[in-house]
Amino acid sequence: MSEMLNTLEQTALSEYKYGWVTNIEADEAPPGLNEDIIRFISAKKNEPEWMLEWRLKAYRHWLKMEVPRWPNVKYPDVDFQAIKYYSAPKQKKEISSLDEVDPELRATFEKLGISLDEQKRLSGVAVDAVIDSVSVATTFKTQLAEMGIIFCSMSEAIKEHPELVKKWLGSVVPVTDNFYSALNSAVFSDGSFCYIPKGVRCPMELSTYFRINAAGTGQFERTLIVAEEGAYVSYLEGCTAPQRDENQLHAAVVEIVALDNAEVKYSTVQNWYPGDKEGKGGIYNFVTKRGICAGVNSKISWTQVETGSAVTWKYPSVILKGDNSVGEFYSVAVTNNHQQADTGTKMLHIGKNTRSRIVSKGISAGFSQNSYRGLVNVGKNATNARNFSQCDSLLLGDKCGAHTFPYIEVKNSTAQVEHEATTSKIGEDQIFYCNQRGLDTETAVALIINGFAKEVMNQLPMEFAIEAQKLLAISLEGSVG
Amino acid sequence: MLSIKNLQARIEEKEILKGINLDIKPGEVHAIMGPNGSGKSTLASVLAGRADYEVTGGEVEFNGKNLFELSPEDRSREGLFLAFQYPVEIPGVSTTNFIKTAVNEIRKYRGEEPMDAVQFLKKMKEKMKLVEIDQSLLSRSLNEGFSGGEKKRNEIFQMAMLEPTLAILDETDSGLDIDALRIVAEGVNKLRDGNRSFLVITHYQRLLDYIVPDHVHVLYKGRIVKSGGKELALELEERGYDFIKEELGESVEA
Repeated sequence: MSEMLNTLEQTALSEYKYGWVTNIEADEAPPGLNEDIIRFISAKKNEPEWMLEWRLKAYRHWLKMEVPRWPNVKYPDVDFQAIKYYSAPKQKKEISSLDEVDPELRATFEKLGISLDEQKRLSGVAVDAVIDSVSVATTFKTQLAEMGIIFCSMSEAIKEHPELVKKWLGSVVPVTDNFYSALNSAVFSDGSFCYIPKGVRCPMELSTYFRINAAGTGQFERTLIVAEEGAYVSYLEGCTAPQRDENQLHAAVVEIVALDNAEVKYSTVQNWYPGDKEGKGGIYNFVTKRGICAGVNSKISWTQVETGSAVTWKYPSVILKGDNSVGEFYSVAVTNNHQQADTGTKMLHIGKNTRSRIVSKGISAGFSQNSYRGLVNVGKNATNARNFSQCDSLLLGDKCGAHTFPYIEVKNSTAQVEHEATTSKIGEDQIFYCNQRGLDTETAVALIINGFAKEVMNQLPMEFAIEAQKLLAISLEGSVG
Repeated sequence: MLSIKNLQARIEEKEILKGINLDIKPGEVHAIMGPNGSGKSTLASVLAGRADYEVTGGEVEFNGKNLFELSPEDRSREGLFLAFQYPVEIPGVSTTNFIKTAVNEIRKYRGEEPMDAVQFLKKMKEKMKLVEIDQSLLSRSLNEGFSGGEKKRNEIFQMAMLEPTLAILDETDSGLDIDALRIVAEGVNKLRDGNRSFLVITHYQRLLDYIVPDHVHVLYKGRIVKSGGKELALELEERGYDFIKEELGESVEA
């Protein structure tokens, strides 16, 4: 096993920058999925009975569901009985400070450039670090607690704040919602829970880093963010994953609730392993992200930079229930080599004077396929609803594809819905012009790409934007010239 | 500093340059004139290294180096600048950011430290005055929505910022009204310092009223068929390109 890990490590380091395996003894479930496995997971996590029942309900429903076939992606069927549904890094005891965290685990974070101490000391970002499904360290918790903010792992929330979890978990994405969210509900291992009480503005960006670690482990994260009346929070999620030979499944669920006058900003930089140049390996990323603007004047904003995964299937959505509520979706999706992405958003206008804005920038290179799929739905009571959608595609080379599937359903005649779309290619003229000014082709492509994606990048918090810019450049290395 | 010997080049199967010979010494201004289709812009593109053209013969030495062994970006870093006839647009990339990237790439090649923001802005201010360009233009996306005159002025501004040893101006006067022409030409004149050389490619003589050349060459059918001093430009203006054809013994089409 360790020999295999070493070989993996060597290949990984030369090809995929974030590909290595941390040698931590895993405490894991055998492969396969049945009610016993779910009981095992729940027991491992010392969960109360109601949580187990919730999981089992989801599982029983999932058994009756079918894999969605409508996305514009192709991949071999996933064998759900071959996946291990639980893997936790072994901790000797409960940890009270960062110093007690397994040094190897911390080295992993340092390789990623997100050393917790650094984060803690320099950037003022509270990090709930998730490695292989279990939170290992939560920082700044004490400071946040003084303001009444709860920011902890989902497991901890289930134990410490059962009334909140019971009230909101599954309220935006019901267990019966779709195939992957039902699976997630049955087997989710851990995730983050964030609760901002009435009238509180969270003073720092909250951040989580996800990594898939043990070989052959599915990752099923569950995130729940609740912003009470007048609350504000900006939440960052970033992912990198080590190289794998076999495809790995990632099926996360994120739920956001914004009550009256509350605002939640959710930013993601996703860099799961995309597979090698021939399209071998890579993560399947089937994510359900949804927020509800439940109260008046509330706002939910999704910003995502998607550069990784072999297959991406993801539509961060907003249900605009409260009057005057606002939903936003800003996305940059990059696909290279044999990557496939089918991503977009849903804006469901229910309340009066609700507004939504969609800015999607797709960049395709190599043999990849990049699809935008978006739904703007205006209900019959959504008087004066407004939507603006902008979908731009940029192609590098002539073997990749860009597709746009906009769906618009309007049941109220006062609605205003606008959709703009463009497709362009990076021109040899643009690259030559940059070359003539002393920029090599890689630098030129990075510059042009970042210009193309600027409107979305501007939505990201500063330190995240810089990281995201570098990621775009790394993802497209060697795709032109 | 630039020595072209028997340069031949083609695009696809079409021979365009059929043996160009030209020597430019430091500080000299050479003008290349010629009718449409004579190969003027091809010469500029070949020197800058545009991939569409294939060099089929001859040699070019630039500052003691074989030009054809250098990539287009290395030619730029070695001090060769091309002011484009049709500058490209790069949406979302501010002109300032673009120039800063260019300046620092060139500095890196020369083993110099990157310029910090303060130094860079100071230099920008200084050069902005030189070519009468407005700050607001520089914070906009590169050439996006610029008028013809603004694009050309931006080319000259970039030239001022990058401080090349050889600047090639490819029909910089085309599409400019007389005021824009004057501003662009004055910018160029201010950059003449006795060391920097210029190769000014133009169809019309009027640019040469403002940028006075040391040598004028007439390019016709891929060859330099006549060279002279600045008075040659005036003669061309007066008599048209037909007299060249007559001198070459060609029949002049009606």
